[in-house]
Amino acid sequence: MDRSDIAKLAHLARIEISDATVDDVARSITDVLKLVDQLQSADTQGIAPMAHPLDAVQRLRADQVTEADVRDAFQAIAPATEDGLYLVPKVID
Amino acid sequence: MHKLTIAELIQGLRNKDFSSVELTRHYLDRINRLDATYNSYVTVTEEIALQQAAAADARLAAGNAPALCGVPIAHKDIFCTEGVRTSCGSKMLDNFVPPYNATIVENYLRDGAVMLGKVNMDEFAMGSSNETSYYGPVKNPWDTNCVPGGSSGGSAAAVAAHLAPGATASDTGGSIRQPASLCGLTGIKPTYGRVSRWGMIAFASSLDQAGVLTRTAEDAAIMLNAMTSFDDKDSTCVDEPLSDHTASLNEPLKGLRIGMPEQYFGEGLNPQTAERVHAAIAEFEKLGATVKSISLPHSALSVPAYYVIAPAECSANLSRFDGVRYGHRCDNPKDLEDLYKRSRGEGFGEEVKRRILVGTYALSAGYYDAYYRKAQQVRRLIKQDFVDAFADVDVVMGPTATSPAFAFGSKGDDPVAMYLEDIYTIATNLAGLPGLSIPCGLVDNKPVGLQIIGNYFSEAKLLNVAHQFQQVTDFHQQTAPGIE
Repeated sequence: MDRSDIAKLAHLARIEISDATVDDVARSITDVLKLVDQLQSADTQGIAPMAHPLDAVQRLRADQVTEADVRDAFQAIAPATEDGLYLVPKVID
Repeated sequence: MHKLTIAELIQGLRNKDFSSVELTRHYLDRINRLDATYNSYVTVTEEIALQQAAAADARLAAGNAPALCGVPIAHKDIFCTEGVRTSCGSKMLDNFVPPYNATIVENYLRDGAVMLGKVNMDEFAMGSSNETSYYGPVKNPWDTNCVPGGSSGGSAAAVAAHLAPGATASDTGGSIRQPASLCGLTGIKPTYGRVSRWGMIAFASSLDQAGVLTRTAEDAAIMLNAMTSFDDKDSTCVDEPLSDHTASLNEPLKGLRIGMPEQYFGEGLNPQTAERVHAAIAEFEKLGATVKSISLPHSALSVPAYYVIAPAECSANLSRFDGVRYGHRCDNPKDLEDLYKRSRGEGFGEEVKRRILVGTYALSAGYYDAYYRKAQQVRRLIKQDFVDAFADVDVVMGPTATSPAFAFGSKGDDPVAMYLEDIYTIATNLAGLPGLSIPCGLVDNKPVGLQIIGNYFSEAKLLNVAHQFQQVTDFHQQTAPGIE
């Protein structure tokens, strides 16, 4: 992991990493990936990946409206709203 | 009153030895006087607590109140509480006041438990020492130069310092059991899906499970009874019959088959911790249990598998914190991308950022098969180890942590050293099994824990096994020095 790898990852994750910390971040992520590389020693030929501890499947429900409208309560804690909409900086000129 | 267990408080309330208001005031007073030393509470909800206590006293007077009615508890600050700031230990959520309650918070409200406040934790439950909290580290009541464990370190310190008789907690890789071990408490992580995750701020959704930290197994059983429910709002909550976890506490252990995994007693385990754990297991033999050595051959791969799966899931879960709908937003963003990047860069601490980046890497194009798919395959091998073991034994026993509580800063800035702290607890989460830690002695005047792992949905059995041990030993009654 070098500075450009971290810059790419940080962009994918939409997280600003300051110039001052990028070398530390690169070093510590390299350490974590070294730990994780121990996985390559396992023989996993023919083993099905396990996504859920109980191998459960998604429970389905009837396609009915069950939730009340709580928009006002949710928007009360938003950084910026107007007329029931969330405000962000202009995206399209 | 603060020396009484939850079971004793329930009796005291019914005998009118004290009212819930008196009891709650007593705890609030202790928190106000003593918590500056431990930093276990992020928010004390004094007004709410006294209102709830008054309501509980009315229910108790009317008769037929649920078991926990009037008993004060603390909630880990990962559980959403309507109208009460829920920070998850992060600057990102320092201003977050949820408009709803987590299901488990509702369950305790339904039963009349009193909320004393919200307790400290590692940021977004990522840590094993409570050093990553935005609100500062929690001190271990046994030795304030040492960590209480994490991530549920606030829950553990509050109970160990008698600033709450019990607390809710959550466990993704050991976050209930390891603090229980380091603070001398009983802590149980139920089977994955047993307790609703709705309103519990998500870290790694296929691993996260809520549970409790208490002084005794009996108290844990009482608290778990109120916490557990089937919840339609959590699609991974399992619809298994609910059991009364207190019903079988007194069953004798004669014939109990205990397995000791050879991999849990190898290199890296503090020899004195090993001694205490061996002595505890010998105590079970006196109670009629049989002990055999077992093998969990893929144990060494549990930490590496976890540090792919948990960061991968965390990178997806934490993408919701975008500075748009709630939580921290940077000042004067120049465009939308700047808003996302700076809000997240400022709102998250170093460990959280590290895990998001590792997870992003593991899920990125070209690396998915080598990391995420591989880790999921290893996860199945780890689960299969336990399935094979439980063909021959009823419970698995070993140490919870490698050593007693360590000093602040002693893991330096080496994340891998901290990750290895959870070496004995992580496999249980990967397999989705229930696990429990109970105190089994002191090393250097600090507690060590015995971990007991059971088969799926065997919480009542684990609590029975722990309770029987606590009937013939007094480790759970030992209190940190200086706790008045």
